[in-house]
Amino acid sequence: MSEVKTFRHGIHPPEHKELTASRPIERIKFPDQVVLPLSQHIGAPSRPVVKAGDKVFRGQVIAEAGGFVSVPLHSSVTGTVVGIEKRHHPNGSLAECIVIEVDHTSAQTLYDGHELDWENMDTAQLLEAVRQGGFVGLGGAAFPTHVKLAVPEGKRAQWLLLNGCECEPYLTSDHRIMLEWADSIILGVKIMSRILGTEKAFIAVENNKWDAIKLLRDRIPADMPCELVPLETKYPQGAEKMLITAVLKQEVPSGKLPIDVHVVVQNVGTAAGIGDYFAFGQPLIERVVTVTGPGIVRPTTLLAPTGMSLAKIIEYCGGLTDDAREILFGGPMMGTPQQFMDVPILKGTSGIVVLTEGQLQERREYPCIRCSACLDACPVYLNPSALGALARSAKYDDMLNYHIMDCMECGSCSYVCPSNIPLVQRFRVAKGLLREKQAREKVT
Amino acid sequence: MSNSEPRLVIATPPFAKRPVNTPGVMRHVIYALVPAMIAAVINFGISALLLILVCALTCMLAEWLTTGRGPLSQSPAGDGSAALTGILLAMTLPPGLPLWMAALGSLVAIFFGKLLFGGLGQNIFNPSLTGRAFLQATFPVAITTWVPNMGIADFMTLRGDTFALPFLRPVYDGLTTATPLARMKFEGLPTEWTDMLFGTVAGSLGETSAVLLLLGGVYLAWRGFLNWRVPTGIFLTVAIFASALHFSNPEVYPDAVHHLLAGGLVLGAVFMATDPVSSPLTPLGSWIFAAGIGVLVILIRQFGGLPEGVMYAILLMNAATPLIDNLTQPGIYGAVKPAKGEK
Repeated sequence: MSEVKTFRHGIHPPEHKELTASRPIERIKFPDQVVLPLSQHIGAPSRPVVKAGDKVFRGQVIAEAGGFVSVPLHSSVTGTVVGIEKRHHPNGSLAECIVIEVDHTSAQTLYDGHELDWENMDTAQLLEAVRQGGFVGLGGAAFPTHVKLAVPEGKRAQWLLLNGCECEPYLTSDHRIMLEWADSIILGVKIMSRILGTEKAFIAVENNKWDAIKLLRDRIPADMPCELVPLETKYPQGAEKMLITAVLKQEVPSGKLPIDVHVVVQNVGTAAGIGDYFAFGQPLIERVVTVTGPGIVRPTTLLAPTGMSLAKIIEYCGGLTDDAREILFGGPMMGTPQQFMDVPILKGTSGIVVLTEGQLQERREYPCIRCSACLDACPVYLNPSALGALARSAKYDDMLNYHIMDCMECGSCSYVCPSNIPLVQRFRVAKGLLREKQAREKVT
Repeated sequence: MSNSEPRLVIATPPFAKRPVNTPGVMRHVIYALVPAMIAAVINFGISALLLILVCALTCMLAEWLTTGRGPLSQSPAGDGSAALTGILLAMTLPPGLPLWMAALGSLVAIFFGKLLFGGLGQNIFNPSLTGRAFLQATFPVAITTWVPNMGIADFMTLRGDTFALPFLRPVYDGLTTATPLARMKFEGLPTEWTDMLFGTVAGSLGETSAVLLLLGGVYLAWRGFLNWRVPTGIFLTVAIFASALHFSNPEVYPDAVHHLLAGGLVLGAVFMATDPVSSPLTPLGSWIFAAGIGVLVILIRQFGGLPEGVMYAILLMNAATPLIDNLTQPGIYGAVKPAKGEK
């Protein structure tokens, strides 16, 4: 067994990955309707180019990018646009969505699906192709991929770091992708390395996925400058900064981006998607979703079209148990709780985790006893104890002196706190208010 | 499965939680003290048992009376911290101390040591030691009257005027003796280190079983409930400072083993100085805090008027804790280091 790297601090929550880790990816049959929000990514929403009544094909562009930090949106099904209207979005808002009725008589073949001759394309053409494919980070943050792949003037990318950590409990979609789609990942790495002009690629995988580590090691061609790096299983190992520190032994300066230390991080699922796009022209219109948790009757690894409703997916997976109480998009550490069953899955929905009554933690808060467990857990070495006291008394400005803006909201502090103090929950509020205040000050 | 609408709860992540809470931590510290408490009862009989019970119950009562008087499961008095304060106070007391004095010390520990500052988590000084310091100042004779260690055979024999009435001078008709530290300080007599390690000497309830206290400390550190840097730092500082003095003049200064095992050093280092509320949060701060205690202990023991200095050493460093914390804020991730190999 090779050396296992990691970062300092962090936590070891129970993994619960056994529910789905050995379940092969299963394609779900097309639903009657998909709801595609125009904003499924960080950045400007896409702008629709279709209208009610239009017939659209699976993989056809239905909305164009709304700016540089934005991506086009493709129809995930062949069918008819029934409207562009406000629908429930998984982030809790009502958002503009393109609603498409699925044509069940159609074979649902891909619109304009063909191989791209990537070896004879230059960097600009490759980058444009990635943008055309509508790709965003599939690990959950959904940041437009082409923006990360476009190295800004005066900077250079030396290393491409592929994130296969999947450090959130329960989630196993990246694990399954690595096991089943290794060749797509490797093609994606080749293309992204070419775009970035990197010297070497690293694929970082936590050591709770040895089968994936072994398989990828076997598949990586001998002449390819790509190394597989096993990492310790620890949360939040999959956070960009922690990943860079673990693999390359260097820190990303506060307020800077990975590119400032010559690194670009991409999720393994994104790499597989890009590989498939260049292999047979499929844009980002479907994704692997882990549907899991004790609150779901039949935990499953699904391949589902984006825009499919939560209700349909839950139904396919046998429904909810009677004691199901919390439905999360994403993992239990950073996922988004859902209140409506009609929300669609998005490009960035890596998993649906259903927790039960017994898993809702004790909410009785005790005083901080300064045990320093949070200091020992915080991966960016903040002092959550002191920050928590300031947040409680609403001294948000003072929190800046304790580097609140460096908090990445991983929730490790709340996880370890024996006094059940909602630390990260209060930090989110504080950061939101501080950002608002800074924005106001910029205006005046 | 359910066909009706699911009953969903909307809360905010994270939804995973380390399975431990603050009362649980308190309970574990009490468990870690159980071997030393049993040893104290074996060594000092029923007087020791009564002292522990009176202190723990008085502390809980004081907390309950001042914090809403609700059912114990909802009241701060039930979170284990008050009981722990009482047990720790009892462990610092001489076995023959009248119970009314112990109860008074417990009230002071909770009222003045803890609640006046705002309750759990807010106090600057260790509450147990606050109570002990009060007793030391108020009853200097009673709190320095030591009885010999007699063993389990004499369980029912009271070790002093345990039931003395309040405000009457306790009567000591039995045998009294000196602690190892007092023997050394005032008579120049050493004590066998094995006696101190296994507790077959005179002293406070918790001064006489170094090995069991250390065992409790190791358990807590293993479970992650104890800041191991503090006792380690104290032991190291005491060992280094005491050795330096010893080698400069072995006639006058006892060796490090004596200082490490005698008196309340182990109890103080493992269970008092590590009180998270009154010790620094940061790792560097913990080392500074520990070193300060170690230096002060030897200074008081060797150059001060008292034979023992652990209590004042910890209380003094408690006072320095907010300053230490402010000066040792951790450097955050990515704060200074420039990129590797770049200008």
